[in-house]
Amino acid sequence: MILSGHAVVIGEDVDTDMIIAGRYLRTTDRSIWVEHAFEDYDRSIAGRLNGSILVAGKNIGCGSSREQAAAALKEAGVRAVVAPSFARIFFRNCVNLGLYVFEADVVCEDGDIISFDTDDSYVKTSDSVYQAKPLSNRMKEILSAGGLNAYLSSRGEP
Amino acid sequence: MNMAGTLSERILGSAEGTYVDRMVDRAFAHDGTGAQALVAFEDFRIPDKTVVHPEKLSIIYDHISPANNSVTANLQGNLRTFSRQNGMQFHDVGCGICHQIMSEGGCLPNEIVVGADSHSCTLGALGAFATGVGATDMAGIWATGGTWFRVPESIGIVLSGKLSGHAEPKDVALSYVKALGMDGGTYKALEFIGDGAAGMPVEGRLTLSNMAVETGAKVGLFYADALTREHLLVYGANEKTIHMQKPDDCAYESEVHIDLDNIEPLLAVPHRVDNAVSVTQYSGTQIDQVFVGTCTNGRFEDLKRFADIVRGKKVAIRTIVTPASKDVYAKAVATGVLSDILEAGCVICPPGCGPCLGAHMGVLGEGEVGLSTANRNFKNRMGVDAEYYLCSPSTAAISALYGEIRSPDELEGGVN
Repeated sequence: MILSGHAVVIGEDVDTDMIIAGRYLRTTDRSIWVEHAFEDYDRSIAGRLNGSILVAGKNIGCGSSREQAAAALKEAGVRAVVAPSFARIFFRNCVNLGLYVFEADVVCEDGDIISFDTDDSYVKTSDSVYQAKPLSNRMKEILSAGGLNAYLSSRGEP
Repeated sequence: MNMAGTLSERILGSAEGTYVDRMVDRAFAHDGTGAQALVAFEDFRIPDKTVVHPEKLSIIYDHISPANNSVTANLQGNLRTFSRQNGMQFHDVGCGICHQIMSEGGCLPNEIVVGADSHSCTLGALGAFATGVGATDMAGIWATGGTWFRVPESIGIVLSGKLSGHAEPKDVALSYVKALGMDGGTYKALEFIGDGAAGMPVEGRLTLSNMAVETGAKVGLFYADALTREHLLVYGANEKTIHMQKPDDCAYESEVHIDLDNIEPLLAVPHRVDNAVSVTQYSGTQIDQVFVGTCTNGRFEDLKRFADIVRGKKVAIRTIVTPASKDVYAKAVATGVLSDILEAGCVICPPGCGPCLGAHMGVLGEGEVGLSTANRNFKNRMGVDAEYYLCSPSTAAISALYGEIRSPDELEGGVN
C-alpha cells in the first residue's frame, strides 16, 4: 500500500518528554495527547500533524518509555516517522501501535510531500529515493497487522 | 563470537544481531505504564483472556505515589483491582521505586527481566538481562508470558582504579554518558568490566546501570560476583539460585576506558544528560531547590553521603529528600541518617519517584534553577521553563548548604 503525506520536520535528540509532557500522561482520553503534542518543543507542530510524515533528526524518542508519545502521533494522524536513528523503546512502541517507522536519513523541508510503500523499505521525496534500514520480519508482521494488539489477537494468543 | 560470548548472548542464548522469542523471568510496570498496559490488555481480542504467570508479574506504584488528583486515583484504582484479582505481586504507594524494589530481592543473575519503564536497565547491575519496554509490549507479556528481543551488540565500559575523595558512582555514570553521547549506545548493551567494576559496591553498580538508557542502550550489565551474591542474600535469596558470572574475552564493538582514580565531581548542564562538566565550572551558580532521590541516587548509601555532609548544619534553600524504597527509608531511620537530614532542614517525601518526572511534589516554577540527583535534565521535564542540573548526592549536599552550586571538593575548606 502506498501512503503519502506532508513532511513535518523536527530536530535531533527530541525526547519523549518533548513529544508529550509528563503533566499530560495520566489520562485515557487520547485527544489530550493530540492537543498537547510537542507543546514544549514547538507549539505550531500539533496543528500540522494530521496526515503528515514526521521527519526527525537522529535519536528521535529518547528518554522515557512513555507509550503516550507514539500514541499521540498515531492519534494525531501521523502516517509514519522517518529518522536516521530512533531510541529503541520509542521505535518499538511505534511498531506496537501500528505506526510505520523508517530508519533513513531523509533531507527535506516542512511541507514537502513524502511517500512510502508499506511493503518495502524505501522513502520517496519529490526528487529523491532513500533506502531505509530493513525492519525485522516480526516488526513487519506486527505493522502489517496494524499493531501488536491486532497481531496477538489474530494469532489467538495465549 | 567465541564460545562464551557477551553476557547478553549468554543470557538470551543466541548470537548478537539475531532475533529471539523468550519467556521472561520477571516483568513489572508502575502506576503510569501499568495503567496504560491495562487499557491495551483489555483491548486484546483474545478469547478467555488471562494473565499468564501472574507470579512473575509485579505492579509497583511509584510515579505519582500517593495519587495527586481524582483522575490519577481512578487509574490507580483500576490497576490495583486488576492486579489483585489476577494474583500479580502488588506494591502499593509508599513501597518505593520499581527498579529499587526489584533490586531488593526481586530478580536474580541470568534472568530476563522486562520493565515498563526506561530505567529498567538498572537491574543489569545484578547480572540480569533487564530492559525497558512500553505499555503495549507489557500488555503482551501479561497475555503471553514472553516477547521478542534483538540480541544486542555490546560496548565494553572498562573501569580501572578506585573512586576516592568526593567522587561518586554518579560522577562515573555522567562520565560514561558524556563519552558515549545521548545516542552512542542505541540498540546496544553496555558491559561494565575491569577491576574498577569488580571493586564497585552493588549500590554504585545500580547507579551506573541505571543511566545506560541515557546513551540509548537497552541494558547496562555487571557480572554477578561475590558482591552481588552478598547483596542478594541480604534480601533473602536462596544461595543455590544465585549464578556467578565471569567475563570472558568478548568481541566488543567498541570500548570506553574510564580511570576511576581520575574521576571528579561532575554536573550535567541543562538540557542534555551528556553535557557533563566539572562542578567547579559552575561554582557559585544560584539555585532554588535541591532534590535528592530517584532510581539513580535514592539508595541508602546516597542518603548517607548526603547526611554526612549536612549533619549538624542547615540547608540554605528548600531541599527535598526522597528515599528510593521503604527498605531504604527504614534503614535511614534506624541509623539516624534520616533525622540528620530532617534536622538540617530538608523535607522528606514518601518513597517513590518524587518530582523526577515533573508530576508532583517539587516541580520547579518558571525561571527557577534546580539541582537534582536524577538521571534526566530534559527541557521542561521537572518544571516548565525551569533548569535542572544533575549531580551526585555529595554535590547536592554541599550545594544545599550554600544555596548555590559548589563542589564537594571544596569541603576541605569547611562549610558554614
